[in-house]
Amino acid sequence: MRLGKVIGTVVCTRKEPGLDGKKLLVVQPISTQSQPVGKPVIAVDSVGAGTGEVVIIVRGKESSFPLLPQVVPTDAGITGIVDYFHIEE
Amino acid sequence: MVIGRIVGTVVCTRKDERLTPFKLLIVQPLDSEGNHYGNYLVAVDTVDAGAGERVLVVSGSSARMTTQTKDCPVDAAIVGIVDTVDYL
Repeated sequence: MRLGKVIGTVVCTRKEPGLDGKKLLVVQPISTQSQPVGKPVIAVDSVGAGTGEVVIIVRGKESSFPLLPQVVPTDAGITGIVDYFHIEE
Repeated sequence: MVIGRIVGTVVCTRKDERLTPFKLLIVQPLDSEGNHYGNYLVAVDTVDAGAGERVLVVSGSSARMTTQTKDCPVDAAIVGIVDTVDYL
């Protein structure tokens, strides 16, 4: 899992039926200093996250597990909204 | 998932029989400014996408989780045609 910041939304009219009704958000992975790391990913939201929030993102097939028993073809998911994080120096 | 642009097609006569129903497309990932980055992907199309369109691509074992690609030997699938992307 990684920390990321929600930076946008994606709208698709024509999509795989498994993605119907799912909110797709653009998430920029961030470092422990809250700096952007790598390229943004499109993630399915299962916790009601919104733009500008810091979230936990899960990569891979496991990202669809919060939505079980529905089978959702996604390789990135938002599984938590971060209240705060702290790193010991 | 990543957003990419369809830049080409692939035709294979001899292939695994489970790939027979699919259109194979070459997708170039796009960054938030709309510029190409990284390497291209060959992805199976599940939504009737066409050349030049912006699409949503799912990679890895998740590519087998669409209704059409169950148990197919694929690791990248086009699962949506992007209408709009809004950034903060």
